[in-house]
Amino acid sequence: MTKPTKQIHLAAHFPGVNNTTVWSDPRSGSHIEFSSFEHLAAAAERAKFDFLFLAEGLRLREQNGEIYDLDVVGRPDTFTVLAALAAVTDRLGLAGTINSTFNEPYEVARQFASLDHLSGGRAAWNVVTSWDAFTGENFRRGGFLPQDARYERARTFLQTTWELYDSWHGDEIIADKESGEFLISGEAGRFEHRDAHFDIGGQFNVPRSPQGRPVIFQAGDSEEGREFAASSADAIFSRHGTLTEGQEFYADVKGRLARYGRTPDQLLILPAATYVLGDTDVEAAELAREVRRQQVSGQTAIAFLEQLWNRDLSGYDPDGPLPDVDPDPGEHTIARGRASVRMHRDPMAIAAQWRAKAAAEKLSIRELIIEITARQTFVGSASTVAGEINELVQADASDGFILVPHITPGGLDEFADTVVPLLQERGVFRSEYEGSTLREHLGLAPLNTPAAARVAS
Amino acid sequence: MTAATSPLHLAVALDGAGWHPAAWREPRARPDELLTARYWTQLIAEAERGLLDFVTIEDGFSLQSARTDRVVGRLDAVLIAARVAPLTRHIGLVPTVVVTHTEPFHISKAIATLDYASNGRAGVRVRVSARPEEAALFGRRDFPRVNLTDRGDPAVRQLTAGLFDEAADFVEVVRRLWDSWEDDAEIRDAATGRFVDREKLHYIDFDGDYFSVKGPSITPRPRQGQPIVSALGHGTVPYELIAKAADVGYVTPRDADHAKQIVAEIHAAGRQLADPVHIFADLVVFLGPSEAAAADRKARLDELAGRAYTSDATIFTGTPARLADLLIEWQRSGLSGFRLRPGAIPDDVEAITRELVPELQRRGSFRTTYEADSLRGLLGLNRPASRYASVGSN
Repeated sequence: MTKPTKQIHLAAHFPGVNNTTVWSDPRSGSHIEFSSFEHLAAAAERAKFDFLFLAEGLRLREQNGEIYDLDVVGRPDTFTVLAALAAVTDRLGLAGTINSTFNEPYEVARQFASLDHLSGGRAAWNVVTSWDAFTGENFRRGGFLPQDARYERARTFLQTTWELYDSWHGDEIIADKESGEFLISGEAGRFEHRDAHFDIGGQFNVPRSPQGRPVIFQAGDSEEGREFAASSADAIFSRHGTLTEGQEFYADVKGRLARYGRTPDQLLILPAATYVLGDTDVEAAELAREVRRQQVSGQTAIAFLEQLWNRDLSGYDPDGPLPDVDPDPGEHTIARGRASVRMHRDPMAIAAQWRAKAAAEKLSIRELIIEITARQTFVGSASTVAGEINELVQADASDGFILVPHITPGGLDEFADTVVPLLQERGVFRSEYEGSTLREHLGLAPLNTPAAARVAS
Repeated sequence: MTAATSPLHLAVALDGAGWHPAAWREPRARPDELLTARYWTQLIAEAERGLLDFVTIEDGFSLQSARTDRVVGRLDAVLIAARVAPLTRHIGLVPTVVVTHTEPFHISKAIATLDYASNGRAGVRVRVSARPEEAALFGRRDFPRVNLTDRGDPAVRQLTAGLFDEAADFVEVVRRLWDSWEDDAEIRDAATGRFVDREKLHYIDFDGDYFSVKGPSITPRPRQGQPIVSALGHGTVPYELIAKAADVGYVTPRDADHAKQIVAEIHAAGRQLADPVHIFADLVVFLGPSEAAAADRKARLDELAGRAYTSDATIFTGTPARLADLLIEWQRSGLSGFRLRPGAIPDDVEAITRELVPELQRRGSFRTTYEADSLRGLLGLNRPASRYASVGSN
């Protein structure tokens, strides 16, 4: 029995505040002017992508006690730029990261419901959590949340926003000029939520939006993160883009859904993917090597090493061997405001792996860091890349990819113009949008609105 | 040129279907479109055709009314402004923000981003909220149940003073964050591998009675350097905030003499900014082709609402020509402009853009074309250097 062919889901990630984004290239434009966001959104919509995605970081990153200056620095406000993009796009989903720690549910629910109205049902929220006092220094409450409480707060935060959205059923506004009745009931939007984190009540003031609520994304890879996604998310923004790792992750997370009464098609797995295209596979491979060298300068290599070693290594030569000294096992102090640092759970073991790899392959510090951090997901001609993407999706390593261009704002253009048509020819990617909401693009069933449920019962 | 013929500034204050509670029942009202992008885009495009300086967009966290015969439900004003920004070219966009329940860090970058999306046309109107039911939506602070309109009550005075004190800190933080990136902080220096010059990024280290904020912003310095900050005030406490920290203050004089008193009081209070403050009088307007037609329209709305409309601002009912007379007369009290609250949308907005504006233009009191490409420019304000600029350069 053959499996039915899956339709691929594709999204565009606005190049981020990290070393994947190459700013030194002559084609690299502004990371903050609205025209750059408009350019990427237009390319993504031209290619009929599911959505555009925007990351967030609420404090400038630091290393050795100073603002980290080797990567792109500076971002817009997520909600504001997505609302502006709704004006220059018609169908493209608009997904943004919003932190559940340094916001309040009422305000976030209002902003997403507003974005969903203003975009005609295209809003999505990537729910992230943080706990660090470093970021907290920019906010009223400071670093108020213990690390182990962050997912619990995120879960109840998300639950609270759902209660707010569902406080409107969608049929309350009549606006009958003759009778003078605007609303069927003065109780519209009534809610009350009390738990360990939130004690709030009143009436929500945004009537039900086209999607009912934003599409929910989750990006954490930990056990808690996976469980959170299985219980509540519509899509996972994962890190596992290779066949074996991808299949393992895919099976693991989809396997958790039944526990929450959900089916596998209710949670999409969308790994982030970088790419370098060339006219031929050989040319692409050469270009990819060049891009990796741009992404990892000598200084960047040392900075990465410092993040694992947790000590100042500025005296080391990036073209020389790894340091003899071991990582500092103490509290991590060298780099702050950087999500990747939290992945170094066992620095000693990782350092041992890195040393072994460097010794076996005779790699300098810079060469090692290039190998470890910068290898692109897809490298090849358009035809090769289209083939690989399709294979990975059909083999259940993912349901599609969130593509991360390394050049702002034009880095998606070539992919849109060369790879996407090949996927369309194979019949595995849409040639036209069929629906108008992001839920429809993602193949997610419409939510049971409270009004519909009431009608059905 | 005499003061009487110097151009005045005009804004409209947009709220739902208009300021009269029965406005949504007018024949041309579109009460079922109030939550759509199209409604706001068309409305603000109309204001731009009238060459207005800017629009303000009302906002608040709680439901506007417990009644079923009035408009309820509203979208986030910053996001409405952002949604309209790429579709307009000249008009200023000034959403309302409730500072009592929001984060200055978030608001600063939101308005900075609006400034990028609009190419330098962003502003913000800051509002405080002392209402217990609004605080209950956040569950972070409690306010006493007092009659907030009773300004003689010491409890009300104390509460209000604290909230405006906090608002002043909020504005200070927002402004410092806008300045926290010097204009030339992004260097892209390939030789040293540095994207930014960290000497030109500044911690703001604000530490006040209500909150502390470290900075710098995550968003580079906005187009205008400092987008416009504005506030509405009805008494001494908000007048101090307007005098100290706002670019534009909205006030509600009863008549020209009262306007003169208010202007004097604001000018006598201390100011922190280099440019003088613009003082705009708010007026609710019901316009018609004749005095009788305007009065009839207002009477019809009042009847639908079941009571005569009242407002904190003076209510004007009449012809655009007579409104022009009044604006020019009140302008002599030291006002630089007016923020008109349309009684009903779109009728009163179109009466402003298509009749009042040409009338003022004939009298030499209003621009005939947009003369600047930023909101600061339209208001005659310079683009200020970052307050940190001298600190970072050596």
